Amino acid sequence: MYADAETSWPLWEVFTQGTDGAPHQHAGSLHATSAEHALQNARDVYARRNEAVNLWVVPSAAITGSTPEDMGPFFDPAHDKAYRHPQFYKVPKGVKVF
Amino acid sequence: MASPALFPALLRLGDDRLVLGHRTSEWCGHAPILEEDIALANISLDLIGQANLLLQYAGEVEGAGRDQDALAFSRDAMEYRNALLCELPKGDFGVTIARHFFHGLFSVLQWQALSSSKDATVAGIAAKALKESKYHVRHAGEWVIRLGDGTEESHRRAQAAVDQLWPYTGELFMQPTDEAELVADGLVADVSALEGPWRAQVDDVLRRATLTVPETAWMQRGGRVGVHTEHLGHLLAEMQSVARAHPGAQW
Repeated sequence: MYADAETSWPLWEVFTQGTDGAPHQHAGSLHATSAEHALQNARDVYARRNEAVNLWVVPSAAITGSTPEDMGPFFDPAHDKAYRHPQFYKVPKGVKVF
Repeated sequence: MASPALFPALLRLGDDRLVLGHRTSEWCGHAPILEEDIALANISLDLIGQANLLLQYAGEVEGAGRDQDALAFSRDAMEYRNALLCELPKGDFGVTIARHFFHGLFSVLQWQALSSSKDATVAGIAAKALKESKYHVRHAGEWVIRLGDGTEESHRRAQAAVDQLWPYTGELFMQPTDEAELVADGLVADVSALEGPWRAQVDDVLRRATLTVPETAWMQRGGRVGVHTEHLGHLLAEMQSVARAHPGAQW
């Protein structure tokens, strides 16, 4: 459907908010010629079955991601540092939400 | 109890959406890109949903035991009351977009007027359909500008679409004489009053799209009284084939 990168439209990432106050979550990506066009396509592709009350579209090129090579230095050090998790506290009786 | 005179008016409202919705569904699987394929299918479903409500109510008003399916699948072309604009072949993408823009803008104005109909059912359907039609216009309007102010080929095709469809826009604003009493009673909208606001918005978008309105005053007419182009018969033959081959079938 897309001949090549030269002629296809820019890629956009779509984030949908399911209900008021909920965080926007990544729903997928699509092609569009402009921000308004991306918003309309996002509405049609990702929000036509009542999935969202709000949409964000972001040019995919604007996202900087970590690479698979980053995995070791980025994430391995977290494996053996249980003390970083707040699990050593005693919760007073009666506290239900914290 | 609703006035039986409302029946032809409801057919005109419903048939526009049924025929245009079915026509647009021909794009399913054939649109230029995946995202647009889904968008056009959504619009088709919106329009057919509107037709469903309008024809269901038309059947109730008529009181002859016909439901929306009977009205959709058992009427011949001469009994259809849609504007000719809705039945023209789908054409290229430019024609499809220009038609959705012209008819969508008309629909927004018509639903706005009908939202205050003294008939509560009509007002309810109009309020629901208005939201859908507003989106259709936003979608089509952006495309008109994108195509008209795009490449040399997209401009040429968009202008050809406007030129081809323009003589079919006038019928939208020809107030059927048999609805005069309904208009006076505040049940339906006087469509002739919608032409001014419609034209102003069309001019604004076409100007931004670097497209021009053809200089023709002559307008096609006939759909509102059942005199159609040859295209409607073919459309109905396809749309009605299953229902006519298996009358009363349920699934």
